[in-house]
Amino acid sequence: MKIAVPPRTEQGIIRALLWLLTAITVFILFFIIFYVLKRGLPVVSLEFLAQNPTEMGKAGGIFSTIIGTIALTLLAILIATPMGVGSAIFLTEYTRENWITRMIRFGSECLAGIPSIIFGLFGFILFVTKLGFGWSLLSGGLTLAFMILPTIIRTSEEAIRSVPYAYREVSFSLGSTKWQTVTRVVLPSSLPGIATGVILSIGRSIGETAAVIFTAGSSLHVPTSLFSSSRTMSVHFYILAREGISMDNAYGTAAVLIIAILGINVLAYSLMNRFMRRYC
Amino acid sequence: MFFIAFFGGLSGCSRGTAQRGLVVAGSTSVQPFADHWAEFYMKDYPERVVNIQGGGSSAGIQAAREGAADIGMSSRELKPEENDLLEVIVAWDGLAIIVHPDNGLEGLSQEEVRGIFSGDIRNWSTLQEPDHAITVVTREEGSGTRATFQEMVMKKSRISPRAIVQDSNGTVREIVANDPHSIGYISLGLVNNKVKALRFDGMEPTYENIDQKKYRLIRPFLFVTKGPPSGAALDFINFVISRRIQELVRLDGLVPIFRED
Amino acid sequence: MIAFSAVSILLIITIFIFGEGMPVMVKYGLRKFLFGLDWFPLERSYGLLPMIIGSLMVTGGALVIGVPFGLACAVVLTEFSSKRLRRFLKPIIELLAGIPSVVYGFIGVVILIPFIRDHLGGPGFSVLASSVILGIMILPTIISISIDSLEAVPRTYREGSIALGATRWQTTRMVMFPAAKSGIIASIILGMGRAIGETMAVIMVAGNAATIPRSLLDPVRTLTSNIALELGYAAGEHRQALFATGVILFVIIMILNTIANMTSRKRRP
Repeated sequence: MKIAVPPRTEQGIIRALLWLLTAITVFILFFIIFYVLKRGLPVVSLEFLAQNPTEMGKAGGIFSTIIGTIALTLLAILIATPMGVGSAIFLTEYTRENWITRMIRFGSECLAGIPSIIFGLFGFILFVTKLGFGWSLLSGGLTLAFMILPTIIRTSEEAIRSVPYAYREVSFSLGSTKWQTVTRVVLPSSLPGIATGVILSIGRSIGETAAVIFTAGSSLHVPTSLFSSSRTMSVHFYILAREGISMDNAYGTAAVLIIAILGINVLAYSLMNRFMRRYC
Repeated sequence: MFFIAFFGGLSGCSRGTAQRGLVVAGSTSVQPFADHWAEFYMKDYPERVVNIQGGGSSAGIQAAREGAADIGMSSRELKPEENDLLEVIVAWDGLAIIVHPDNGLEGLSQEEVRGIFSGDIRNWSTLQEPDHAITVVTREEGSGTRATFQEMVMKKSRISPRAIVQDSNGTVREIVANDPHSIGYISLGLVNNKVKALRFDGMEPTYENIDQKKYRLIRPFLFVTKGPPSGAALDFINFVISRRIQELVRLDGLVPIFRED
Repeated sequence: MIAFSAVSILLIITIFIFGEGMPVMVKYGLRKFLFGLDWFPLERSYGLLPMIIGSLMVTGGALVIGVPFGLACAVVLTEFSSKRLRRFLKPIIELLAGIPSVVYGFIGVVILIPFIRDHLGGPGFSVLASSVILGIMILPTIISISIDSLEAVPRTYREGSIALGATRWQTTRMVMFPAAKSGIIASIILGMGRAIGETMAVIMVAGNAATIPRSLLDPVRTLTSNIALELGYAAGEHRQALFATGVILFVIIMILNTIANMTSRKRRP
């Protein structure tokens, strides 16, 4: 038998419950950030950022891991962006909806859902062993590029689609070719959207551990070429924390990571806002 | 298709140690020590670069075979199917059974250790300790440390699949250091004051006892190469087995390859 | 041709993972892999059932924790609070999706595990710990996509319902939820995909014992951690068995993706 509760009372109860759950959620999420920053920030100093780790990271700073992170991320972005934007242009400007575009879209959506450890396995077998790149920036960069490609395709596609059709028509009526229209009109207008996708991918590359550890290795040296192995900040944090090498340095690395990702997200968000204001 | 051609082109020029330095890869048990040796090596020869990688014994052996690494590090003996590679023993390492410092136990017999790890002994009360379930921590299948432990302590019995599995010495040590009811085994060189190393069959895990072959849980650390080592690889191996570095090995908690006679 | 990169990469990955993993599965029979209880790779016994069950338990646990909290948060932020609060909180919650998973895992190790060990018993490394950590990790995904789909419900629906005398909650339950259903389901499936695919955070808190856990406080091993734990040391057939683990994971993810695709396609008018 259903007990009749007046709708207002029911709403009151539910509302209180929902607010409670929300408060707990928000508290937990904030707690994690504050906890890491509180333990980590005291460790972070100019020396911590500018010195190389010594004694496996027990002493010294994290300079080489910062360089490793930047190099690896940059490489992944440089490989994935042209491929991703190219795919998006092809999907939106040069084809109608048919089975090919559906297949491509399905492929990239599947790719987006594949866990990073599978990318790690794949990168390890193809780049590290079969092609003989060893644990290197190149192997890691290619693996990461494959991993972030779907994000870039999807965000670029959406950005290109949201460019008003009138822009293209005006361009065509002025006598420009398809290619000129794409490069001079469509791409510049969709740039903020594409940039958002790229920035989101940067965030994902920086935070990745599983795929990187099996492809880029964990050498503590500053990488000198595409074939040198390198350790990213996430991997460094993982190793320091797990092996109990130095908790202080682990927290410090985590704090730097969180701040970097915070900065990147703020950047992405402000770009996205500007983009929205322009077209919506 | 174009990027396969592109990779192919790149892989052609990826060999050669000149640009990537000497790559030494493999066992995570050897890695911390090798890192230390490399630090000394590069202090002596600042223009040379040695890259030490983890990855595990098998990955290191495979990397050495396929040329991804110049030297592979292994903390287990080579398997028969791996005898196409050459090995050099660079140090010996003891294996220590460790518990939390608050644990009242000082030593265990081989049968007791085997009973605990096989899951037959599940409670500390069986060993006259306060009543509490034992948390057993072991290494993953394939690890050199586990292989040594299996061979020397467990013999034919299996390590209980209910044991917690961790993939490095450091993590086993961290867990044992934080859980008063746990037991694990790690490299003797990595024992610190956060954990207590137990006597095994009445023998303290000390260097004297290992030297005199009284403490039996030891295993070799190997450097593995494809064909006779040459150039930078040979140079580094010679450096590591030199008397000076072998003295350092002792300070790091390992057992040198030569005995003080 | 560049456009096919996504498809060709997917194809290459599939070929490599299956190429490495299938031979050993064929050799010992798929049944042994899927339903075998014993994982003793050095004795050539490759039963993956404990890991499959482990992955499902941990993912299920993550959803039990993540979905109510996530949906509650989404509903409060869209229906019961000011727009200002939403404008302020949503970007912050999305930021949390970007925090490296190892950081979540580490928080689990230093705070959650000792808590479980001291207050609930067992070793601490457990199904429970992994579920909680994964549940927290998927919160941002669920919250942010659910908010988007609740916001996408036409305003007239809500206004109509309120005009008929329904309370806010009745409106949410009977009008908004059904209208935003496919988006909310998509958010849950995405969260599920993230939970089942997570590796490093799980290795840190799960304890990784390769048996079927008997209680929530027992250690557990997932498919992903099975791969990452042993890949470094595995050789020969053992390594192929790890790729076979990858194949099974891959198939599970593909099924999830297809379901997610179908629900989101329905959403598009």
